[in-house]
Amino acid sequence: MTDMLQNFKKSILVSIWFVFLTFPLMVVRVNTMNQVVVWRWTNLVWVAIASFVLSYLWRYMLARQQVRKKVADEGGETRSKTQLLLEDMSFRYKAMGIILLAALVFPLVFDTYQSTIMISALIYVVLGLGLNITVGLAGLLDLGYVAFFGVGAYSYALLNHHFDLGFWISLPIGGFLGCLFGVLLGFPILRLRGDYLAIVTLGFGMIFKVVMENWDSLSFGPSGIANIDKPGFFGMDLNLANSTIYIYYIMIGMVIFTILVTMRLRNSRIGRAWIAMREDEIACVAMGIDIARTKLSAYALGAFWAGMVGVLFASKTTFINPASFTFMESAIILSIVVLGGMGSILGVIIGAFFLILLPEYMRAFSEYRMLAFGAAMVLMMIFRPQGIISNLRQTYEYKGSKEKINND
Amino acid sequence: MEYFLELFFGGLTRGSIYALIALGYTMVYGIIQLINFAHGEIYMIGAFVALIVAGVCTIYGLSGVSILILAGIIAVIYASAYGYTLEKIAYRPLRGAPRLSPLISAIGMSIFLQNYVLLAQTSDFLPFPRLIPDFAFMEPVAHIIGSPELVILVTTFITMILLTLLIKKTRVGKAMRATQQDMNMARLVGINVDRIISLTFVIGSALAAIGGVLVASYIGQVNFYIGFLAGVKAFTAAVLGGIGSIPGAVLGGLVLGWAESFAAGYISSAYEDVFTFGLLVVILILRPAGILGKASKQKV
Amino acid sequence: MTENKHKLLEVKGLTMDFGGLRAVDSVTLEVYEGDIAALIGPNGAGKTTFFNCITGIYNPTKGDILLHPKGLKTRRLNGLKPNKVTEMGLARTFQNIRLFPDMTVLENVMIGRHCRTDSGIFRAIVRGRGVREEEQQIIESSYQLLEKVGLASFANEFSKNLPYGAQRRLEIARAMATEPFLLLLDEPAAGMNPQETTDLEQLICKISAEGEMAILLIEHDMKLVMNISNSIYVMEYGKKIAEGAPQEIKDNPKVVEAYLGEETDA
Repeated sequence: MTDMLQNFKKSILVSIWFVFLTFPLMVVRVNTMNQVVVWRWTNLVWVAIASFVLSYLWRYMLARQQVRKKVADEGGETRSKTQLLLEDMSFRYKAMGIILLAALVFPLVFDTYQSTIMISALIYVVLGLGLNITVGLAGLLDLGYVAFFGVGAYSYALLNHHFDLGFWISLPIGGFLGCLFGVLLGFPILRLRGDYLAIVTLGFGMIFKVVMENWDSLSFGPSGIANIDKPGFFGMDLNLANSTIYIYYIMIGMVIFTILVTMRLRNSRIGRAWIAMREDEIACVAMGIDIARTKLSAYALGAFWAGMVGVLFASKTTFINPASFTFMESAIILSIVVLGGMGSILGVIIGAFFLILLPEYMRAFSEYRMLAFGAAMVLMMIFRPQGIISNLRQTYEYKGSKEKINND
Repeated sequence: MEYFLELFFGGLTRGSIYALIALGYTMVYGIIQLINFAHGEIYMIGAFVALIVAGVCTIYGLSGVSILILAGIIAVIYASAYGYTLEKIAYRPLRGAPRLSPLISAIGMSIFLQNYVLLAQTSDFLPFPRLIPDFAFMEPVAHIIGSPELVILVTTFITMILLTLLIKKTRVGKAMRATQQDMNMARLVGINVDRIISLTFVIGSALAAIGGVLVASYIGQVNFYIGFLAGVKAFTAAVLGGIGSIPGAVLGGLVLGWAESFAAGYISSAYEDVFTFGLLVVILILRPAGILGKASKQKV
Repeated sequence: MTENKHKLLEVKGLTMDFGGLRAVDSVTLEVYEGDIAALIGPNGAGKTTFFNCITGIYNPTKGDILLHPKGLKTRRLNGLKPNKVTEMGLARTFQNIRLFPDMTVLENVMIGRHCRTDSGIFRAIVRGRGVREEEQQIIESSYQLLEKVGLASFANEFSKNLPYGAQRRLEIARAMATEPFLLLLDEPAAGMNPQETTDLEQLICKISAEGEMAILLIEHDMKLVMNISNSIYVMEYGKKIAEGAPQEIKDNPKVVEAYLGEETDA
């Protein structure tokens, strides 16, 4: 009984604290034009109740985490049923098959607007998968990833504007330029680690945006570039509805391409080198791996996808300006990777869909999207740092059969 | 020559503000090796609270310097409260975790606080009353340095002195220095490390709030986004001077302030931001430890 | 009798200064093919620093590090990056175990094969027959190494879940995967109980007998050192104070003095 009383007291105190804390911002609103002060007392009630309830929830979650830790320390099974289900390969293949099917028929069932939203989500999927290589696999924290995205978008916009180059030619060019910038940016920062790396990449990202805003002769400044060509369909121009469908299928293709390449890379010699580098750089170099090369390849590969999908972004929106390439975008993409589970392809896809589609489909709460976003980042790190899909054991099946042969 | 002096004092003023905010970054990093991404938002909240208090006071009839002082005090109280809560919720649970986790958490809190203020108040640029009076004795040099600049400089100077006294002469300051050097040892000699860390956040937030109030009344407006830009710049200053070093933060702030002022004055004001970020990048690449910092060797 | 044996590693006058501190002072050392050489000395003598110098983590202030692979050109290892040193044929384990915790046991060993294989990004994406064969080979050879150190049953476990002694053995297997001429073991028996230590002794002897690699180890466990090494170097305060066969070292007064106060259960 005293336990319950203790908890009750604690939650009351928490509630009072938050009422105090949020008072000026949530309750008071000063209207300087009319010289009135608006007192929003209902907000106070909301804060009081919410913080009271949430403190209970918080304590419960922390307690559960402790229990989980104890079980893990004693070697018990800590993975939940959903996790075990996700790890089952046959389930995953079935799930992926269904998703693929649904994805293919989507634009035929839903209208143009929905398709456009889907395309946005798919763009983030590719961005997430690209950053997944740099951050998730190789462990190189990049907070300026959106710059490569911008490089791709601007390169297509400029090539299209000045030289009338079409989408399909610009696609590989965008990817290549992204790659190039990845190497250029990676070169000077090879020796940096952890926090410093994060800040430098943040700086790079900001420099890109600010340069694009100010170098008018190159980028046309804040007003951006308009009238970018959509992808041509065997030379024909399509109307809005059809071209949206067209772009949608191009995106599906790109996503599948990205997934396949990423999977191949992850299970390869270079993929293992990236993961080893992420785990322990010193041990990695002691085992004969050229760190500089490995880092540069991670930056280059990651940037390649951003550059490529940047071209598509420009062709989809037909108008780009520096405002699309802010730090916030980098943060969102980073969240998708981290929350999805570093290095996990399926996790990134789920993460991207969640973060992009959920707010779209919950229009009523769209204002709160970023708020929920920030909160989600914090909560995930505290309660589930390994992400939605945690690290899976890489089993080598052939080894098993080889073993049998060896033992005969 | 006058132009030079104008830029000099402008840079000095700017630099002082950067220094105030940078101190928060550097103190937190020094003690728990975390880049508190949300620090800029604390600065912004300080400014906002001051705005609200000033607004309420003005409407209810108060006037003059008393508003400034009242708003300042309340802003500092609230910013400290936010800083304290921030640490308790978003950073303390992650204290043993790999470096990436608290960093992401910090970014998340930054986004959360920005949008919290945005939703709770407004996305508009709100006007901040110019509360700093024009002193008559400043009249002759008004074209080089104005009264607001003087107030900022004096306030910052006094704050720095108080902070230095705190760190160097008090028991609490000693505990802070000890915790920064070796947290485990500090714990073993009986220092309540949790409290010291909370205190660090509180002090850093208070300083940022002072900066926020000063800047807001100087520039005349606040907005939910000012935290981000000021934060990155102040962080640049902290890194420039050597992150983790308190004198470094002050030095870095001043250097950055002057660099920006002179660059904008003599070269071009458009590329000001590029210059700042470029400086940040160059410093981190060439000398990550900063001017006053020490490069640490990793034990193999 | 070392006259007819091939000199594999030759370190001449190695000196390492950190600012004003001289951590390694003009140390000369030789390891011959087939040797199990040991580098011993009290804590802080500079042994691990010495290892770090010859493996490329530090660039020595003075001296020469020469590798003489049999039948190949002599190579000077000074100033080479650690990965290059490993490529040349020197592999090591670490005093504080440095495994890749979130990779499986097998994968840890597979990393060791990196410098002996060469599929790049493009080939990995295309994944033609050549690459697939190479991958299969990597898996096979890694698995065989696991069998050699007795960890085959753990192949698909995360390396962080392994018990301490097994982790040490895994590190050895991983280093062996790089096909070194010389294997450097930094305190391989640290933290092991007597049974584990005996197993380790047998393992090291087996590796030395079977493989074509010489072994140089840093150790504090005198019993192990005396049991298996044929050549011992002693360091104190950065200097070499003695060298020779185990029997000579055991009776050497300078060595006894350096260890005065410590237990020598030889």
